[in-house]
Amino acid sequence: MIKGSSDRIWSIIFILPSIILIGIFVYGFISWTGYVSLSEWRSLVPDYSFAGFENYLNLFKDFRFQADIRNTIFFTILFIGAVAIMGQLLAVLIDQNIKGESVFRNLFLFPMALSFVVTGVVWQWLLNPSTGVNLLLEKIGLSPKWYISTEVLFGIPIGKIEFGIPVAIIAIVIAAVWQMTGFSLAMYLAGLRGIPEELKEAARIDGASEWKLYRKVIFPQLRPITMSVIIIMAHISLKIFDLIYAMTGPGANYVTDVPALYMFEKTFRAQDYASGAAIAMILLISVAVFIIPYLLMNRRED
Amino acid sequence: MKRYGFLWMIAILLIGTMAACSDNSSSSSDGGSGGEGKIELFSWWTAGGESEGLQALMDQFKEEHPDIEIENAAVAGGGGSNAKAVLANRMQGGDPPSTFQVHGGDELLAGWVAADKMQPLNDLYEKNNWKEVFPQELIDMVSKDGNIYAVPVDVHRGNVVFYNKSVFEENNIEPPKDWNEFLEVAEELKSNGITPLALGDKNVWPSTMVFESILQANLGAEDYNKLWNGEIPMDDERVVKSAEMFKKVLGYVNEDHSARAWQDGSQLVADGKAAMNIMGDWANGYYKSKDLKPGEDYGWFASPGTEGEFQVITDTFGLPKGVENPEQVKEFLTVLGSKKGQDAFNPKKGSIPARTDTDMSKYGKYSTDTIKDFKNAKLTPSLAHGSAAPEQVVTKVNQAVNVFVTQQKVDQFIESLKQSVSSLK
Repeated sequence: MIKGSSDRIWSIIFILPSIILIGIFVYGFISWTGYVSLSEWRSLVPDYSFAGFENYLNLFKDFRFQADIRNTIFFTILFIGAVAIMGQLLAVLIDQNIKGESVFRNLFLFPMALSFVVTGVVWQWLLNPSTGVNLLLEKIGLSPKWYISTEVLFGIPIGKIEFGIPVAIIAIVIAAVWQMTGFSLAMYLAGLRGIPEELKEAARIDGASEWKLYRKVIFPQLRPITMSVIIIMAHISLKIFDLIYAMTGPGANYVTDVPALYMFEKTFRAQDYASGAAIAMILLISVAVFIIPYLLMNRRED
Repeated sequence: MKRYGFLWMIAILLIGTMAACSDNSSSSSDGGSGGEGKIELFSWWTAGGESEGLQALMDQFKEEHPDIEIENAAVAGGGGSNAKAVLANRMQGGDPPSTFQVHGGDELLAGWVAADKMQPLNDLYEKNNWKEVFPQELIDMVSKDGNIYAVPVDVHRGNVVFYNKSVFEENNIEPPKDWNEFLEVAEELKSNGITPLALGDKNVWPSTMVFESILQANLGAEDYNKLWNGEIPMDDERVVKSAEMFKKVLGYVNEDHSARAWQDGSQLVADGKAAMNIMGDWANGYYKSKDLKPGEDYGWFASPGTEGEFQVITDTFGLPKGVENPEQVKEFLTVLGSKKGQDAFNPKKGSIPARTDTDMSKYGKYSTDTIKDFKNAKLTPSLAHGSAAPEQVVTKVNQAVNVFVTQQKVDQFIESLKQSVSSLK
């Protein structure tokens, strides 16, 4: 009994420094950002007088921020969809006990070792409409405009913007998918390897075809992995900054702009700290919407 | 849990990569605020000519003051986008560099001076008799309420059109004198299969410079300034006229403009694929570094309708509050403002000296012409480079321009411009 409680005290003492540091540097600064986002601090001179939700209201009325929301939504959907599907496909292919499996595995994983900035610069060159892959595509009569296109597919006017899929965002999705597919491949591969051989055997003995085996036995077993892939990719795509900053910037008519870019420019270029903080808070909330249900779900499972 | 071991390894790898990537941006900021006998010189001069100019300036200083250590704390990134973010953090955190690069005009005055972060340098101006050698307009751009806050080191001109000489000759074209003539010339070039105007507006401000040149032509230098202090409203008919002209001009630019940075735009003119490029005269430095001959391969003229006017972009250095060794920093500023200092720096950077009494023989053909213009022309600050209005306004105007370049709706554009300057009153 006495030993137990002293253990407890020691464990608290050991964990205390990190709790204090996280308390100050994570949660403390989150609340500080929240406080600034409600203030009138719109120049280099701090002004903490209360502005209510004015900064937020102005943002939602702003053409650029509306475009940001649209871009983030479609970037997230296309990016997660492509990464999950391609990762699964490649994992299944690699799992076929092919020769040189580790070569392929490393090949697909390798882009992940690069920084998003490198990816951005390389794909900026590749997809440059006048010098990149178009030189090849022109030979078969195609000349897509990639990230300089200002077209919005299936656009319907909502607010100040045309709501639809901006063509330019597809170029960025390609670059992001190229980089992150290896990660989802690795996760799916781990998932596939985790499925006991007996299950597959049993299905085969029951006379299931290979396709049915995957559809009825293997894919359902991978569902938790898909969940994790979605969560991890969602928080990357919502917060994405470096890839777009290096590759296209905000783009003409803000077709490739995202909230993180706008936050950086509002804060450090326009010196509008209050609005910058407001964008940061909106980003935090949008990420939380994904993460918190996931954490709760995990807790229940444990 | 065991079977997820591989997965965990990947996760850690991923986090490691991300941490490693995000680290290098902050490393340049931990030099400390110029301790004993050390000057930390903060700028965004890291590209070709400009870093050589900076080195020449530092060498000059070392020669005159071998006892004072000087350190180059430049942060890379065109137009200072990254440097300004680092600077803002350091200034807000009470750790200012010994002295830093800032554009004269509102970027300095409505920014750091208004935030009460700068020390006046009137005594330095008295001591060196600088009021005699710097043009009054330039001193005004670094002064507020009778105090002078910075020393200008160079001057760039914003309203210049660079053109490819052989393209002009082949098409039998003369430099246009006003914007209507510009349209005629552009139409002719276009029908001959040449892009009339090269534009690289990935970072938006090059488009703003084009619009700014048109505005200045329609309003004249003086009224143009009034636009940015709220005396002339944005729905003035001359502004509307300019927006309509801007729209027409945009019909003559290269299609892939939004994929290009400014130098990629200038390169089109060098390659003869485009005829003209409206750009500040750092383009001259760029062409030089590509071994093109000024006056032979490429020529220049003031942007249509702005002859006799000089859109000023000036880099200045001041003395922030809270610096430990202000006397030593003042020694550096003295060298910066001296004839020798300016003549060491500017020929390499491709800019012209801020002083009016420097050694002309050190400068190339473009610069000697520009030095003459600078003496005689009417000076006006540039908006696109933060001299004419506070950063908040500049960012909003850039935003309006970026949208207009694609949508080309004049009414909406004027409305956004009105909103951009609404905070001025």
